[in-house]
Amino acid sequence: MLFKAFNPLLDEMIQILNKDGELVHPEWLPDLGPEALVDLYETMRFSRIIDEKTLQYQRQGRMLTYAPNLGQEAAQVGSSAALGANDWVAPSFRELGVWLNRGASLEHIFLYWFGNEMGMRMPEDIRVLPVSVPIASQMQHATGLAYASRYKGTNEIAVAYVGDGGTSQGDFHEALNFASVQDLPNVFIIQNNQFAISTRRQLQTKAKTIAQKAIGYGIPGIVVDGNDVLAMYAVTREAVERARNGEGPTLIEAYTYRMGAHTTSDDPTVYRDDSEVESWREKDPIDRFRKFLIREGHWSDEKESEFVSERSDYVKTVFEKVEKSGGVDLKDIFDYVYEKRTPILEAQYQKKKAYFQKEGK
Amino acid sequence: MAVLNLLEAVNQAMDQSMAQDDKVIVFGEDVGVEGGVFRATKGLQEKYGIERCFDSILAESSIVGSGIGMAINGLKPVVEIQFSGFMFPGYNQIVTHAARMRNRTRGRYTVPMVIRMPYGGGVRALEHHSESLEVLFAHTAGLKVVIPSTPYDAKGLLMAAIQDPDPVIFMEPKRIYRAFKQDVPDEAYTIPIGKAKIVKSGTDLTVVAWGAMVRETQKAIEHLEKEGFSIELIDLRTISPIDKETIIQSVQKTGRFCVVHEAAQTYGPGAELITTVNEGAFLYLEAPPKRIASVDTIVPLPKGEQYYVPDVGQIVSELRDVLKF
Repeated sequence: MLFKAFNPLLDEMIQILNKDGELVHPEWLPDLGPEALVDLYETMRFSRIIDEKTLQYQRQGRMLTYAPNLGQEAAQVGSSAALGANDWVAPSFRELGVWLNRGASLEHIFLYWFGNEMGMRMPEDIRVLPVSVPIASQMQHATGLAYASRYKGTNEIAVAYVGDGGTSQGDFHEALNFASVQDLPNVFIIQNNQFAISTRRQLQTKAKTIAQKAIGYGIPGIVVDGNDVLAMYAVTREAVERARNGEGPTLIEAYTYRMGAHTTSDDPTVYRDDSEVESWREKDPIDRFRKFLIREGHWSDEKESEFVSERSDYVKTVFEKVEKSGGVDLKDIFDYVYEKRTPILEAQYQKKKAYFQKEGK
Repeated sequence: MAVLNLLEAVNQAMDQSMAQDDKVIVFGEDVGVEGGVFRATKGLQEKYGIERCFDSILAESSIVGSGIGMAINGLKPVVEIQFSGFMFPGYNQIVTHAARMRNRTRGRYTVPMVIRMPYGGGVRALEHHSESLEVLFAHTAGLKVVIPSTPYDAKGLLMAAIQDPDPVIFMEPKRIYRAFKQDVPDEAYTIPIGKAKIVKSGTDLTVVAWGAMVRETQKAIEHLEKEGFSIELIDLRTISPIDKETIIQSVQKTGRFCVVHEAAQTYGPGAELITTVNEGAFLYLEAPPKRIASVDTIVPLPKGEQYYVPDVGQIVSELRDVLKF
């Protein structure tokens, strides 16, 4: 329905809540009760608290490189909330909102960014692939996940996240092409945050929208206001239903903005003006949804300050626990290369172990 | 017992693996209707259906990358890269994901997948059809690299690779796909990955080879044995992880070592094997170890190919130098 109503060639973008949190298209308002709406808000807000506190820890020299999700909370939380419990997600590396929505613990997430692979050993029921650094490569994995689900008859679908920069990669093309040829139960979500580190979206593609690339693959594509959590939810739910009903893959372009740096190693003031950032601050996904919820009577300033204070404490507690978790055991780096250590790895392990024991390290 | 060539043995290994386990699926370029450009997958689509044996899109990164997703989600993909020289678009997926998924997730996700590819020269082919690139995989932690040299080994090693819990690069010496036939048991069997095979024992010299070079080396040895030398031939079978023990024990007995390979010489597999010998049997050596390898040029087109790979005559002459040192 929504995919039919919006033409990506005409630069049409679906929005349900405008930047002031006003309901501009009530007819598309998803059927979500107050509890579900508040859940969406709390996850977005929690994501921002985590980002803000982590950036503080990083500046204090207590954290390694970190890729904040600031400004993209609605694109991630709205889309991932539309998935079923057993559906698969192949994220990129900036999907904190998705991880939280899929039930990943903050302890795991922090542990990973703290430099320990154990952070990516999520519990079995969390069907999210690990952080994927090679840009767009994870999209290919999503097609395979979807193929296997259909082959096994499980009715599970697979969602891949990628950024606007990632659409320039060959893997973007191959994944969409394979998924469309095979009619796979996939949803591809482009978070068009306008930047690949410092390179603007206009230098990645001449196409007016990224969503219109879908047409070349013979699949539906749509541009969504990525800062509108309700629009993201409504569109993704339709895409998920289509995929689950055997109608094949879709491409969703979430039009958003990366409010923070690419990572803590990046300085965005080199390549963009404060005035541009300020203009996007007015479209903030969290502020607009809070205004909506307060107007609807589902949220209040008291709830807000209580929530922020409680979650900030929680983030601090978890971070301090991870901070004290110490290093990685020597055997950990040897034990997961293969199912069993090879004779060569065993010999190298014994040699390192003897050295570190002798040195008392 | 059937008499099969190496290609037919590869086909039988996939056929029997698919019969045993419905999680095994096969795909790649032209593998379905046509049965592959070499016919390695002939009849599989007909027998197991289009879902279990299908023609992929013409995109190696998709073949490997989608296979990774399938493996994570419970299947055992056996994918074909049409020629090893075409694997580069898929190399990123092999090295950055297939090899690392277990480690990156500390065992939460694994990639039990086989990536088959015909490799090596000697078939008068076009550019990019004749390379021997085993070290590009063997240097990557998380991958196993297997190369059979006979029909019997091809079946047993491929069935083992399909059952292996880690990603296996299975390189098939296409020069000997149809070169000779051998008795191959009808029943399913596996040959352990990571174990070399002593093809014939001897006392004067240890020679290690694999793939198509095993046969060339055998011919060279027959020559030299007529001159009275006794030579031990080891078929490495698994390039990674290397079976160091078998090689070291052999050299401790013979005191001389040669490695024969089709890959280019510099930074090639021979360098690693000679280091293995130096580390494990140095004081037993009666002659400097030697590598007999292809030259460090671009693999020539067919009219110049005879200059590239060592032939039987060159192998005989270089082995004799070591024996007489």
